[in-house]
Amino acid sequence: MPKIHLENLIKRYGDVQVLHGIELEMADNEFTVLVGPSGCGKSTTLRMIAGLEDVTEGEIYVDGNPVSHLEPKDRDLAMVFQDYALYPHMNVAKNMSFALRLQKRPKAEIDAKVRDVAATLGLTDYLLRKPGELSGGQRQRVAMGRALTRDAGIFLFDEPLSNLDAKLRGQMRAELALMSQRVQKNMIYVTHDQIEAMTLADRIVVMHSGYIQQQGTPQELFKRPVNKFVAGFLGMPPMNFLEGTIEDRGGQTFITGDGFDLVLTEERAASAKTAQKRHVTLGVRPSDLTYAPDSAPDQALELNVMVSEYVGAQSVLLCTCGAAKVMVELGSDTPVALGQTLKFAVNPAGIHLFDRESEVAL
Amino acid sequence: MRIARANRLTPYMFMAPAAIIMAIALLYPLGYMVWGSFRAWNPSQSIGEAEFVGLRNYIFLWNDPNFHESLIVTLKFAFFVVSLEMLIGVGLALLLDRNIRGMSVLRTLFILPMMIAPVVVGLMWRYMYHPTVGTFNTTLESWGLPKVDWLGDHALMSIIIADIWQWTPFIFILSLAALQSLPRSALEAAKIDGATGWQQIIHIKLPLMMPVLIVTCLLRLIDAFKVLEVILVMTAGGPGLSTEILALRISRTATEFRELGVAAAMSNYLLILLLFFTVAMFLFTKWQEARARRLAAAIQEDD
Repeated sequence: MPKIHLENLIKRYGDVQVLHGIELEMADNEFTVLVGPSGCGKSTTLRMIAGLEDVTEGEIYVDGNPVSHLEPKDRDLAMVFQDYALYPHMNVAKNMSFALRLQKRPKAEIDAKVRDVAATLGLTDYLLRKPGELSGGQRQRVAMGRALTRDAGIFLFDEPLSNLDAKLRGQMRAELALMSQRVQKNMIYVTHDQIEAMTLADRIVVMHSGYIQQQGTPQELFKRPVNKFVAGFLGMPPMNFLEGTIEDRGGQTFITGDGFDLVLTEERAASAKTAQKRHVTLGVRPSDLTYAPDSAPDQALELNVMVSEYVGAQSVLLCTCGAAKVMVELGSDTPVALGQTLKFAVNPAGIHLFDRESEVAL
Repeated sequence: MRIARANRLTPYMFMAPAAIIMAIALLYPLGYMVWGSFRAWNPSQSIGEAEFVGLRNYIFLWNDPNFHESLIVTLKFAFFVVSLEMLIGVGLALLLDRNIRGMSVLRTLFILPMMIAPVVVGLMWRYMYHPTVGTFNTTLESWGLPKVDWLGDHALMSIIIADIWQWTPFIFILSLAALQSLPRSALEAAKIDGATGWQQIIHIKLPLMMPVLIVTCLLRLIDAFKVLEVILVMTAGGPGLSTEILALRISRTATEFRELGVAAAMSNYLLILLLFFTVAMFLFTKWQEARARRLAAAIQEDD
């Protein structure tokens, strides 16, 4: 039985509708990540689940019970905020125990719980400090500690890592992954960072302009994006898009465009022909291109290398193919020089085709 | 070398005229008052002609039951006025800290009493308190209730009410500003942690507003000790000495009793009292700054 169910959730601010009927089911103990660009409605959805925003239409069910009329405190959830939202006048221990103290639990139980959580988060030495006396990473831990001390059924995270610097963010991401394995609760996590989404999620929900674009496991979304938006949003460096047309020649199907002419596998060719007109967008991830000087012209792109970004073991090449820009990811030891025109073989399984008008995957 | 020194002195040279005027305008009258407080001084005399009597004025006041009466009235007035204004002002701010249509109009209306000249406030309330034609008594009468002798038997209460009417908005506005600058997400976190509206006020809002509230309270306290016009117009200190606050007694000692030395000594007592509060406020802000610095230093150590 699904633990949380969002049924046709709609949010309007005056005349402006920001969520258009969100339908979502989250299974028990699932780590769900809502991801999308700013303004896509992901935070609003989370805040509606939390009870911080009113539901305009639709209903939220937890274990089958409608909760949208309940106060946040009656929804059995804990939340971690982007700016940590610690109580500045309370020390770490008081911050973490606030919910339990409001519930008037026995003091011994509260102390034990706080000490336990503080130990797992490495906060034991800081229990008597105020938030103002902690660094950003420590504050983040306290915010998590406060959520963990609650022992709530649902954990909500509203971009919890976006105020941290890059290195700390990576570290906290790993800790979060560990924590979610240990705690085994329903977690809903909002982020605009697709790397966080890919690494943490059991299920990713990609949102855009108040609509759910696609949901599924990270692998599903990465390998089979349903439209151009999802394809371009997930993956770093992002997918390359080239405009082309479908052509049949000598019993084979080709996709032809400015500076390329690729042959399609039979399976791809069949799906390509479902396009309304023959105009399609070709999508190829930078990792699906390999440097192959001897490959056949109908299986490779000829790219002019403009910029090479060295990032260690890998380099990202920014190239042009006709008028379009194409990024390629390859090992740094590959001998390429700027200004050269080189051949890069396209992995046939890595060819994505999108209808150019509807942007739906073919 | 000489140019460098001249450069260093430039800012002081620019500041000098203002500093000199400040010194004359501020310190000269103050010194004059302190000097006068040691003399038996009649307004018809120049200060040089007045007899030097040492601390006699201060000792006289220390033992003067009328001065005690006046001091007690002032302390009572200040205590009730400030505590009630704080209570009502903060309470209103907590109630009105929300988005309701027309709230900005309402807020502007709330500030109106503060904008009215004190003499006008005094006159207004004097007419409203009038025993036969005043608004309050005619209203009470029309409801069949007994009249109240506002500015007679209950004079102190009446001036306290008038002052609350005039100055509660001041506390309301500062509290509201403090409330609206509180971190929204901390309040949301408290909601999720299970705090009821009342618990949010007690555990989150009030503690976070405290620095502003303390400063506001001290400002009001200092002001309440100096109040004059409204009471002068409403009761002129009467009946008897029941509403004769210190400022009023000082003015009467100087003009009616023609004892400038005693009036000056009384002013100095008031000044010392106010200085005490001002220093308290100063120390409080200093302490806060030091705390903020200490916090910042602690963060830097960790990073």
